[in-house]
This record gives sequence, C-alpha cells and structure tokens, in this order.
Amino acid sequence: MLIKVRKSWELKDSDVTAQSLYLNRRQIMAGAGIAIATAALPSLAFGKAYDSAVKTKYGDDETLTSFKDITSYNNFYEFGTDKRDPSRTARALTTKPWSIKVEGECNKPGTYNLEDILKNQTVEERVYRLRCVEAWSMVIPWNGIPMANILSQFEPNSNAKYVQFDTLFRPEEMWGQKRRFLTWPYQEALRMDEAMHPLTLAAIGLYGDTLPKQNGAPIRLVVPWKYGFKSIKSIVAIRFTRRRPKTSWNMMNAREYGFYANVNPAVDHPRWAQDRERRIGDFFKTDTKLFNGYASEVASLYDGMNLRTNY
Amino acid sequence: MKAAVKSALKNKAAKPVVWLVCLTPLTYLVAIGPDGWGANPVEMFNRFLGDWGLRGILLTLCITPLAKITGQPGILRFRRLIGLFAFAYVCLHLSSYVVFDQFFDVAAIWKDIVKRNFITVGMISFVLLVPLAVTSTQGFKRRLGARGWQRLHRLIYVIAMGAVLHNIMMVKANYTEATIHAVILAALLGWRISQSAHRMSISGKQPEISA
Ligand code: HEM
Repeated sequence: MLIKVRKSWELKDSDVTAQSLYLNRRQIMAGAGIAIATAALPSLAFGKAYDSAVKTKYGDDETLTSFKDITSYNNFYEFGTDKRDPSRTARALTTKPWSIKVEGECNKPGTYNLEDILKNQTVEERVYRLRCVEAWSMVIPWNGIPMANILSQFEPNSNAKYVQFDTLFRPEEMWGQKRRFLTWPYQEALRMDEAMHPLTLAAIGLYGDTLPKQNGAPIRLVVPWKYGFKSIKSIVAIRFTRRRPKTSWNMMNAREYGFYANVNPAVDHPRWAQDRERRIGDFFKTDTKLFNGYASEVASLYDGMNLRTNY
Repeated sequence: MKAAVKSALKNKAAKPVVWLVCLTPLTYLVAIGPDGWGANPVEMFNRFLGDWGLRGILLTLCITPLAKITGQPGILRFRRLIGLFAFAYVCLHLSSYVVFDQFFDVAAIWKDIVKRNFITVGMISFVLLVPLAVTSTQGFKRRLGARGWQRLHRLIYVIAMGAVLHNIMMVKANYTEATIHAVILAALLGWRISQSAHRMSISGKQPEISA
C-alpha cells in the first residue's frame, strides 16, 4: 500500500497555473509591444519579479519545457548527484545578501553587492535551448542581462584573454560539497570573446520570476551553444586572466569534458553518442545541431579551429 | 528457532512470499507513476531496472553462503526463482534501452555495443546470462549432469563481475552505489574462495568452488 504524501518540493496546482498564466501573458505582450523593466525596479503588475522583462526574438518557435521539469531535474552537484536532489535540498541556500568578488586583469577589481551590479540594467527575456552533455535538452525562458553588460562594468583590460567564474563554496548549506564529487568550488571559464558575445547571458530569473535556487540563484551564466556544465550557477567570483583557467569537469576528466564544450553532434562523448538528444517531455529523440542551433551567431568565434581536437 | 525457520522454509506459502518480494521493485516502479518517474522517465526506468538486475544477481549469489552459514539448506530451494527474477530485471533493463532509449534503432544500438566500453561489457554479461536462465530447469540439470551443470553455472561469477564493472564504468562522478555493489560482490566471491581453500586443505585436492 503506497500512500502519497506531497513533499515540500513538489509543485502545487497553483504553480502549474502560474505557468499557463505566464504563457498567456507572453502572447499578450508579444501583441502589445515591448515593456521595459530594470532589475532594480521589478514590475509588480503580476506579482512576479520580471513580469515585464524585455521580450527578445530568441526561441519564438520553440515549445517551452514545463516549469516543473526545469525546476525538478537539475545537475547541481553541490546539492547532490541525483538530478532530483537539488529541488529537494537547495532551499537551504541563503541568497541574500550576495556579493561577487571581481579580480584580475581589470580596472575595477573589488567586492560588489549583487544589487549594485544589477542596478540600471535592463532585464530581458530569452528563450534558449539548453543542451546537457548527457544528451538531454530543455527550452528555458530565462530572464537576464547580457553578460557583456555585467563584465564591462569592471573594465577588463587588454591582458584579459579569459574570464573565470566560481560557484559559492558553503558546505553548511550545500551538502554535496562535503563529498568529493568534484573539486570545490565549482569553476568554469570562457574566452573573453565568448563571454562578451551577445548570446551569453547572466540569468537572474526564469519563467518571469526570480531564479529558483536549484537553477543557480541568484545569478548564473547561460551559454546556450555550449554543453550545460559550462553555464556555472550561483556565481560569487569573476576573475579576468591572461591564461586559460582551470575548469571543474575538465580537471575531473579531461578526455570526456573539454574546455570549449561546444555542442557538436559530430564529436561523441567517449561513453555515448552526441548526434541526438532527448528533449525533456518528448519520447522521441531530436537531432542535435552544431552549436546547439546557434551556429549562425557563434561559428565565427571558432574560425579555423579544429572542433574535434578542441572539444 | 532453527526448527521453526526450517519448517517455514518448507511451508507452501514460502514460494508466493518470495515471488512477492521479488516483484516489489517492479510494483514500486509502476505504483509511483508519472509523478515519481520525473522529468526523464527513460533514464529513470533504465537506471532503476539496471540497479535491480544487478542486485538480483548479487542476491542470487547470497543464497549458498546464507544456507551454509545459517545451516538452513531449505533456502537453496529459492535460488532458481531469485536467479530468474534477476534475469527478468536485466531483460527489462535491456528492453528499456532498446525500446525507450533507442526506439529499435538497430544501427545506433550496434554502434553503442561496439563503441561504448560500458555497454560492451553489459552486453557480454547479458549474453552469458541467457544460457544460465535457459538451463535453470530440473530437466536441463539432469541432461547436463550435476558436474556439467555446475561448471556451466559458474559463469555467474564472470557475469556478476561484468555487471559490477558495467555499473562502475557508467558512473559520472558519484561512485557510492557502484562501490557498495562491488564490495558486496567481493565479499561473496571472497567467501567462496575461502571455502574452496578450506576444502582443498582438508582433502589435498584441486580447488573446487561450488556455484
Ligand atoms: C547482466 C546484465 C546487466 C546488468 C546487471 C546491468 C546493470 C546496470 C546498472 C546497475 C546500471 C547503473 C544504473 C544506475 O546508475 O542506477 C546500468 C546502466 C546502464 N546499462 Fe546496464 N546492465 C546490464 C546489461 C546492459 C545491456 C546489455 C545494456 C545495453 C545493451 C545496458 C545498458 C545500460 C545503459 C545504457 C546504462 C546507463 C544508464 C544511464 O547512464 O542513464 N546494460 N546497468
């Protein structure tokens, strides 16, 4: 006899309603034109933080993955290695106050409050495909700010060739960090031109509301043409460097997880094929596209580069 | 106490109880429904069934030591049933891969079997398991003779090692479960080695490991 008890992380019907309301609003707003919000003054019209985020052209032809799936199927090893763990345990994380330490090759290093970094920035809505290295994918309506707008505040100098990001290290709240699944803190990095690319986003919300903790609150990177592990969550440090920084999965297994990690159907992971992916919610697999379908915008970043050896 | 257990093992109801126990994981999988399967049911099914296939194999390997250590040979009566259930879970695991994951894409499946080491190892274990399931009946036991049958069924050690290796090889970062499986298998194999060493020292004969 199984008795169903709703766990606190499970969604109530009202949450699902919130999603359909959101979808309706998307259509209404698309017809009514563009509304503008700034991160410092989120609109309260619908009671959600980024209700009136600036709509963008991205992903208009895509079917969104459900809010429930986006928030209950997460690779965030700081909260456990089972993809359901983060939705169950990430609520332990304190996201206020939040500050980011900026270091390295820039004119304005220092420790900044997140609110100050976001002040006067325009929040956009970007519907992006997310392709995980494990061959599954989602379509997520992010709310965020182009990463270039964040990074340029710190005035990186001409020596800055790369930018490295650290996730928070706080084992009291992130129980997974008590185990050596990876080297902590989680670290990721991009080439400067990748980080400054208009597609690269600093996400602070999804589905029109504040970023859920299991999705990397309060601020995370989103690089839609790379495998998901590049899109580091809960960022507390930004470091501009001359040389290519170390990155967590690459340190763990360099043969399987490269620095570039560009989505590429022609280059298999040693343990599984990458030519197809399962879109969460679908039964049949979909063909994976080069650069996750963003080739027309980003392929020029890699002109002349061997994508097979620079995986 | 010992006598009570002995008669309970002989009881008519014992077999249905073992059936029910063996069906528990599958019942659970069905009962939790779409909510419990989560965002990626294909992955969930495959992993769940693979885990219980391996655990079934390990459980089957527990029977002989358990019977010897507790002095309850009546337990041996259930070894075949538990072994066949293990085979059934492995078949479901393989089916979920063929049907749900690859949807009968023979070319993709073949590529996986030859290119992905962990799948190669899993496939070898599965192929070796088939003759054991087929010859598990009394009829085959008679036809093969006790010695021949036992020699064939010693393949289970290779299969179990292959299955544990397959499990270890598919891990991305968290080796906890795979390590637990490996430690259990090591203990079960260690027990058999110590038994045969013991027998050898008594009889002065070649080592002989019982299935
Ligand atoms: C004796 C035979 C086998 C046993 C006992 C077995 C057991 C397992 C176990 C314990 C896992 C790990 C599950 C987890 O992480 O929770 C696994 C994973 C897996 N097995 Fe098997 N397996 C066997 C044969 C096969 C065969 C023949 C195939 C396919 C041809 C296969 C395909 C897979 C795949 C694709 C995974 C990875 C699942 C994932 O990464 O999500 N297995 N298996």
